[in-house]
Amino acid sequence: MSSDTKKALFGPVVDNNPIALQVLGVCSALAVTSSMANALVMTLAVMVVTAFSNLFISLIRNQIPSSVRIIVQMAIIASLVIVVDQVLKAFSYALSQELSVFIGLIITNCIVMGRAEAFAMKEKPGISFLDGLGNGLGYGAVLMVVAFFRELLAFGTIFGLEVLPLVQNGGWYQGNGLLVLPFSSFFVIGLIIWAIRQWKPEQVEKD
Amino acid sequence: MSSSKETFGKTLIFVFIVCLVCAALVSISAVGLKPLQQANKLLDKQTKILEAAGLLETAGTDILGTYNNRVIAKMIDLDSGEIIEGDTDMFDERRDSRDLTKSSKPKNDIAGINRRANNAVIYFVNNEQGQLDTIVLPIIGSGLWDLMYGFVGMASDLNTVKSVVYSADFKETPGLGAEVLNPRWKALWPGKKIFNSAGEIKVKLVKGGAKKGDVHGVDALSGATLTSNGVTKTLAFWFGDEGYGPFISNFPNIVKQGGLK
Repeated sequence: MSSDTKKALFGPVVDNNPIALQVLGVCSALAVTSSMANALVMTLAVMVVTAFSNLFISLIRNQIPSSVRIIVQMAIIASLVIVVDQVLKAFSYALSQELSVFIGLIITNCIVMGRAEAFAMKEKPGISFLDGLGNGLGYGAVLMVVAFFRELLAFGTIFGLEVLPLVQNGGWYQGNGLLVLPFSSFFVIGLIIWAIRQWKPEQVEKD
Repeated sequence: MSSSKETFGKTLIFVFIVCLVCAALVSISAVGLKPLQQANKLLDKQTKILEAAGLLETAGTDILGTYNNRVIAKMIDLDSGEIIEGDTDMFDERRDSRDLTKSSKPKNDIAGINRRANNAVIYFVNNEQGQLDTIVLPIIGSGLWDLMYGFVGMASDLNTVKSVVYSADFKETPGLGAEVLNPRWKALWPGKKIFNSAGEIKVKLVKGGAKKGDVHGVDALSGATLTSNGVTKTLAFWFGDEGYGPFISNFPNIVKQGGLK
């Protein structure tokens, strides 16, 4: 794997994480992280959408008239999101019932648009596709960490498997009600950002 | 950016082509996946009905086969309580409730459903000997955030509850209102009575826990007072005069006349 490919694919996981460094796509990270299964499906959906929107937009980047480029990007992204939603409804009905609203909102996820505008409009299709995958991966990495803590501490489960038996199910663990609520993700995301910047101080903004 | 692609005509043509391709992509996926999606939806409903009838374990993976063997869907007129002819597969309560000719506004809308369809589809579930075992009644009512859809499995006396099963596509708060899906809470229902001996609706969710031996009370969900109230009111509505009340009083006649055959 050449260093360019590696950078496009894995750079966004820590070095240039869309949530932790670019601070994009935070609102959907709040909404879907109450369970790890939801977070995983959302991650896959965002990865597919960013990768393919980057690919298609990069393929036609030299033809897109600059006056309507945002609308053209939107049309492509929106179509991809609808396709993902339809596929989910067909193959994973139970999850689509819970996630349908948030899948629709991938259209407004700034990561997708941001990568299309900042990367795919300038670069070749192959590397754009990888950049999309990588950003989906970086988004997903944060999502999974947040979901891990929220699901474990709020419901005592990981991927629905009981780890800490809850009091209402006859166990000893009193679920943390705060972490059930979406806004509690801010705390977890904040801690993740702090941890990454302790590890990589160059990410800290200069005053 | 070269100036050549900035002409008005070229931009228009480009946008038109992009729209055409996108529309084709969306249409193909929507139409192509529709049969699978509908099968999923039907399977989900049948699973819930079997669960309400307590047959989910017996059914195992063969939901469709068990459903076809054991469940008979019938349409009823809610106001008269009579079984009527109708396409039970195509019936959709919420669609009918938006149609002014097929629905009415309840006088006492305690369940918060706004309009109620005139008809309902209910499910008669037989035991292995082919005798009536459970009657599954669909219910709809407001929880805290939005409408909740569910089924109540009733013994053939139409007073003893066998189960209360809610569908997971609601917006109740996870960990609080969404605990209506908790198997431990669902296990509190079997044997509870809807009506007292005078025929009044007494079933309710009791905050702080139902007393031992209370045949009408079920523990409310802790931390979810409004969802619990919603469940109580939904049951009160659907077992009342504007819900299945007429059907429940008419049911002995239907059985006498062999209307279930």
